[in-house]
Order: sequence, then structure tokens, then C-alpha cells
Amino acid sequence: MIVLEPRPQPSRLFIVLSPVLAIGLMLVAGAILLAAMGHDAGAALYVYFFQPFDEFWQFLTKPDERAMWIYTPSEVLVKAIPLALIGAGLAICFRANVWNIGAAGQYTLGAIFSGFIALHAPEGPLWLWLPIYLAAGVLGGALWAAIPALMRTRFSANEILVSLMLTYVAALLLDWLVRGPFKDPAGFGFPESTDYTDAFLMPVLIQGTRLHLGLVFAVVIAIALWLMMARTLQGFRIRVIGTAPRAGAFAGFSEHRTIWFVLLLSGGLAGLAGAIEVSSTIQQLQPTISAEYGFVAIIVAFLGRLNPVGALFGALVLAVSYIGGENAQILLKLPKNVTGIFQGMLLFFLLACDTLIHYRIRWASRAREAA
Amino acid sequence: MRADLDDAPLLAASNITKRFGDFVANDAISLEIRAGEKHALLGENGAGKSTLVKMIYGVLHPSEGQFKWNGAPVTIAKPAAARAMGIGMVFQHFSVFDALTVAENIALALPPDQTRGLPDRITQVSATYGLALDPARAVHTLSVGEKQRVEIIRCLLQAPKLLIMDEPTSVLTPQEAEDLFGTLNTLADEGCAVLYISHKLDEVKALCDRATILRRARVVATCTPAEESAQSMAEMMVGEKIARVDRRTNDVSGPVRLAVESLDLPAASDFGIALKGINLEVHGGEILGIAGIAGEGQSELMAALTGERRADRAEAITIDGTPTGYLGPTGRRTLGAAFVPEERNGHAAVSDMTLAENVVLTDQTASGSSPLGFIDFAAARQKTTAIRERFDVRSGSEHPVASALSGGNLQKFVVGREILRQPGVLVVSQPTWGVDAGAASVIRQALIDLAASGAAVVVISQDLDEIFSISDRIAVMQGGRLSPAENAADMTAEQVGLLMGGAKPGTDQAEAGTAA
Repeated sequence: MIVLEPRPQPSRLFIVLSPVLAIGLMLVAGAILLAAMGHDAGAALYVYFFQPFDEFWQFLTKPDERAMWIYTPSEVLVKAIPLALIGAGLAICFRANVWNIGAAGQYTLGAIFSGFIALHAPEGPLWLWLPIYLAAGVLGGALWAAIPALMRTRFSANEILVSLMLTYVAALLLDWLVRGPFKDPAGFGFPESTDYTDAFLMPVLIQGTRLHLGLVFAVVIAIALWLMMARTLQGFRIRVIGTAPRAGAFAGFSEHRTIWFVLLLSGGLAGLAGAIEVSSTIQQLQPTISAEYGFVAIIVAFLGRLNPVGALFGALVLAVSYIGGENAQILLKLPKNVTGIFQGMLLFFLLACDTLIHYRIRWASRAREAA
Repeated sequence: MRADLDDAPLLAASNITKRFGDFVANDAISLEIRAGEKHALLGENGAGKSTLVKMIYGVLHPSEGQFKWNGAPVTIAKPAAARAMGIGMVFQHFSVFDALTVAENIALALPPDQTRGLPDRITQVSATYGLALDPARAVHTLSVGEKQRVEIIRCLLQAPKLLIMDEPTSVLTPQEAEDLFGTLNTLADEGCAVLYISHKLDEVKALCDRATILRRARVVATCTPAEESAQSMAEMMVGEKIARVDRRTNDVSGPVRLAVESLDLPAASDFGIALKGINLEVHGGEILGIAGIAGEGQSELMAALTGERRADRAEAITIDGTPTGYLGPTGRRTLGAAFVPEERNGHAAVSDMTLAENVVLTDQTASGSSPLGFIDFAAARQKTTAIRERFDVRSGSEHPVASALSGGNLQKFVVGREILRQPGVLVVSQPTWGVDAGAASVIRQALIDLAASGAAVVVISQDLDEIFSISDRIAVMQGGRLSPAENAADMTAEQVGLLMGGAKPGTDQAEAGTAA
């Protein structure tokens, strides 16, 4: 019988180091896994996790060859943008002890709502349409997150189940739309919308790359949300309700209003991420639009210590694993699923580290020993 | 050699030191407890009493020093080992499952091979030691005193040689406390030693043979309580003359500042209490004491007064003439009310937030002026400093989190936080629960001073001494009803005790026992 015993004083150092430790453990376990699959573990791990950083380093240290080395850094950032946007919202949601697991669905609805604008709006300039397009994305994500908020506050339904199951509804809705109302009439029957026009495409920041304006959104939003959590009454309210709901009620904070706020916020940001991703890398609606970012962003939020700015760094780590995974597919012929396994192991080790930092394991012969 | 062993104390602690990082919780503590002895452990909050008994019970382990049990050195690795040696402990906060019966709760704590014929053995033990308890009753139907009996019987079934009691009477009526003393005396006569932790010096005087007094992690004195006065023991504990609370003779002619009129509130859960027709009026300059055994509706009344639960009529609760039944806590605070709930951790304060953040919890006005709602943490830190200076809130660091404070210091902080807001109405529940004598007198004096400045003060407390020492008028909470408030001078402890037991004013005593 294993008993978890709270440690009287968890090490502050290790609370900070926990993500580093988890990444290290993931590399070790990943090496064993790759070796067991018959690959050269050292070479595979290099391609996965060190080559992207190496190329980043080359880009930074060799000004003359920047054009040559810019591909990987820019692609890592492109992947990190949606992860950071969703991860920042989820970090706040989780801080409130509200478990929005359905960011993938909110992301999809953001893409659908903004896609409706992109596909139906009359011609116009970018400065007019892009803000409307993005706002529609926020609205779509927030509305989808409003369903679990309503179910939780009115009927005490578990938001984990409701938000998770709505991701499947969202995926089917998108699938139906691109095969029906949103289908490109001139698309030879493929389930795709028409390509978005220029007024609905995120402006590119660096010519020759896909790095787009979304980066500015992700950074500004992360900092603004960090400021909100650390300095404002709204952030204080979320932190109090999340750790001590009774103290929150005593302070006069409404738990229901907080649940609504964090779900609408995280849903809105996931919707924004969906709108931005489609308007930058995909540029049309398809049956699949990388909605799994919504799940990977859960790892991002935890890796960032449930801090919106921390989520920026978490997003970079996960983005590297995506790019490394793509490289490994090309160079080493490793299966694509290995990326998912690495990401899953990372979350597993992270939660295990956090648990062991706050608790110690005691072996007890009977359950009642703990009494 | 043989004679030495017979002469050895049951438990001897020599030079026990316990460190948590740089913090020394116990500093070279030595203590001897003999078989059949009722030994008191006295000390302020944070003096190290809990740390010491947790080491005796195997929950914590000494950094240095040695325990001897019947003269032989022992290492007490875990509570199970302590129980196997013959050490039992009744904690201040009970660990019983409300939904299970008495027998089921006790069975959970016993090794599986000892559960046979349990109900009969419970009945037997409860008869021997005068602990009336029906093994088949569900625990949620028990009074707090009866729940404590469950814990005591759980220990007694393992035939302990040493029973540790952590503030056992803090939740009992005077009559229940008398019964408990009877039980402890019987146990001691049979040779079981009792280590009795309490802040109630009169009780220690009446019950205990010897007392060890701790102050700031060290033993400062060992004495025979019968030869000391409560005042002299308190002074050893605190290390300085403690201020006696000034009993005021204020008249109660101020305006009504808090009024509750026919307040009904349904029970929030199966195990909750419904409030029925509560009426009370508190005048400026007055302290109204609300006595009662725990769980008779006090927490429900507190929630109704703070606004955590709303009334069904606005007029049910008025503050300075404004109907507030529909207002939440913030609205009521804006009208000049302040509240201190019973539970410090997680209700009055957030354990893992700093004291400055905990100031913001009940004082959000600092942030109201900023359009984006930015909190003025610099102002909050200044207020924290003011509270800590005025109420002598001690801690190891300059900006500690609430959980780093000892219970008594955190209580001084949460009471001080509300008093420094200069409220017109203050409702405080168990203001000195689990707080040492020095801190308790500071808190009581502050409540009296606040009333003297014109505020209406309501003190909900299970501690009758406290109720009588500071109240102008006294009402009693029982079964969700509140008795009419009477002048404190006209009431005796016996009258209040009877009301707490459920007797109507004027009915005879025989009925009182069954009505509960």
C-alpha cells in the first residue's frame, strides 16, 4: 500500500526546477524507448531536441549566414504561437481550479466562426477585416467554452467531461461544414473551403519565413495576463477562488462568476489561436486544422508552472518537439507518433515530479496506517 | 538494576531538539511522565507543544535527543509504533467519518484482528469510564463532546499506558468537561498516564498533578499546578505580566447598529442546521456574546451575517439602518461591517498567500479606485506592518505566507486586520480558539476597546469564560435558535450551560438532558 504524505516544506528550488527535471527524465526514457525500437538513441535524440537548438544557435551567432539558418527558428516560433495563446488561457483556468480540457474544441469553433467571416465577407482592406476576423474567432471559442461554464454553474456538471466531449462535437461540425456549406464549389469535390483572400491572412513578420504577427499577439497577451494575475483584483480573485474557495466566498468573490470568466477567457484565447493558425499556416478550412494544439497546450500550461509568461517558454519546448519530430521523420524515418509519445511522457514526468516535490511516498502495510 | 527500572519514569524525554530548516521548534526539551500521572503541557501558541507531542506520537522525529520508555531508549518511528508501545492520542480536530456509525469509525482505527465483538467491547469500555455512547449511532447525529468520546474510546480499546489529550475541553460544555475529568481521573487511578495540553489554566489546576511549561521552544518551568495560581502559571507561560481584560461598565444606550429580525435559513446540507426565527439587536458600544456548543447553528448564523449566504428578505438583517439581507460580504463591508470567521486557514485567510495579500481579502477598496482594478500592494504591505506592530504578530520572516504563522499569531493577524479597519459592526466567531493566554487577552482587550469606541460587537464563542469576561449581554445558540439576550450580570454559568443543553428558560433541569 502506497501512502502519499505531504511534505512539511516542499523545496522551492525543485518547484522551479521541476520542468527541467521532467525534460531530463523524458530524454532518458525516450532514449531507452528509441533503443528498444532498434534506433540509434543518441542520434535520434540529437535530431529531436538538440538540432533545433543548434540551428537556433547558429542563427544567433552567425550573422552572415542568417538566411541559411532561419528556417528552424522561425518554424519553431510558428508552432509556438498557438500553443502559447492556448496555454496562457489554460494556465489561468487551471489556477482557478477549473479544468478546461476542451481547448481543442474551442480552437475549432474559433476557426469556424472566423472562417465564416473570411468566406462570406465582401472585399475590403486588411486593417478592416483582420480585426473582425480575429474577433469572430474569439467569439466562437468563448461561446463553445460557455457551454461547460453554464453546465457547471447551473447543474454542477463536471467541466472536464463536458468540455472534453465538446471537442468531438466541434471536430464533426467542422467536418460537416467543409463538406457542405463551406465547401469550395470549384474544389473538385475536395472537403476544403476556398483559399482565404489577403485581407484575412496574418501579415508575415520576416520575409522568406512563415513567422507572422501572431507572435506579437502571443507575447503581448501573455504579459498582459501575467500582469492581471499578479497585480489586479481580477487575478487575485482567480487565485483565491482556486486555492481557497471558502476564503473567496468570505471575501465576497463569486465562484460562479470566476468560473465563467476563466472559461470564457481560455475559450476565447483558444478560439483566437484557431483563427490565427488557419489564417497563417493553413489559409483555408479543412477537416483537420491541428486542433490537437488544444491538448498539447495542457502540457504547455503545466510546463510554464501555470503562469502565462511561463507558458511562452513551455510553448517553445513543445514546439521544438514538433519540429524535431518532423526532422526525425525525414532524417531517421521515425514514425510520427513518437512525437506524441514524447509529449505524453513529458506531461507524465512533470506531474510525477510535482507530486513527489509536494509529497513523499511511504510504504505502509495497511491503509489504516495513514490514519 | 531491577529497582532502577521500576523507578524509571514511563516516558522520559531528554534534550529533545527539533529543527525545521533554520527554525528550532523544540530546543533541548527534557520531560518526565510517570505512570498514573496527569501531566499538563502548557505554552503559548508556537511554543512547541504540538511539535513535542507529535514526536512522542511518532508523527515527527527528533533532530537530536532521546526518548526513554520505562527506562529503555526507544525510537518512535510512526504512530503505529507509538500505539504498539501503548501511547494513544486524541487530537484537537477529530478524524471521524460523519456518515459511519460509532462502531464503524472505531473499527477503521483498529487492526483487522481486533474488530471481533467490537460493539460489546465499546459498550463495556464506555460503561467502565463513564463515556456514554451507543455504538450503533451514526456519527453525524453526535454532539461534539460525543464525537470526542469516539476518539477517546478508540484509544482506550488499545489499553494505552499514556494518553495524550490535545486541548480536549475547547469544544465541550462545562458539564461535558466535568464528565471528561471524571474519565481521566479513573484512567489515572488505574495507572495510565495522561499528557494534557490545554490553555485553560483553571482546568490544569483542577486536574493535573504536574505541569511542564514551554516558552519559545524551551522548557521554562516545571510546577505543581495545585500550588500555583492561574495567573502565576500564565505569567510563566508568557514570560511577562499579562494584561487582565478590563471589564467595562458601559451602558447600552447607543443606537442599534446591527439588527436581525425573524431570520430563517434552511440547512445547506444534510448535516447542516437550519436557522429558525433569529432575532437580535446589537447597540453601538455593546458586546453581545453568543454562547453555544459547536454545531448548533453558529456557523450558519455567521454565514448569514457575513452575506456568504443571503437572507430571503432584505429587512432580515440591517446594518446601521440599511437593509442588507440581499447584499454579499463586500456590500456589507462597505457599510462598515467586519467579520472574523472561526476557521483561520482557508476561510479567514488563504494559507499560501502572503499577509499583505490576505489584507486585500477583506479590504479591496485600495484597488477600487483604479479603473483596471490594480491592487495597491504597497498600501497592503503598510497595513500589514501596522497590524503586526499593533497586535504583536510574530513570524520568522518579513513577508510570510499565512501558513508560516503559528495559530495564535495568525488569529491576532485576522482579528487585527478587521479591527484596524475601524468597523461600525464587528462579528467575530471563536476569537481566541486555540490561542494562548497572552494573545487571548490582547484580542479580548481589542474587542472591548472597539466597542468602547462606539462599534457594535458580536462574539460567538464556545468558551464560557470568554463570554462572561467580555459580554454586556449574552444569548445562547441551540438547535438553530437563539435565546433572547440577557444582561450578562444577571446570568450565571449554570443558566447558560442549561440553555446550551437545550433547556427553555423556566423549565426544570430534568428535561434539559433529554431535550439535547
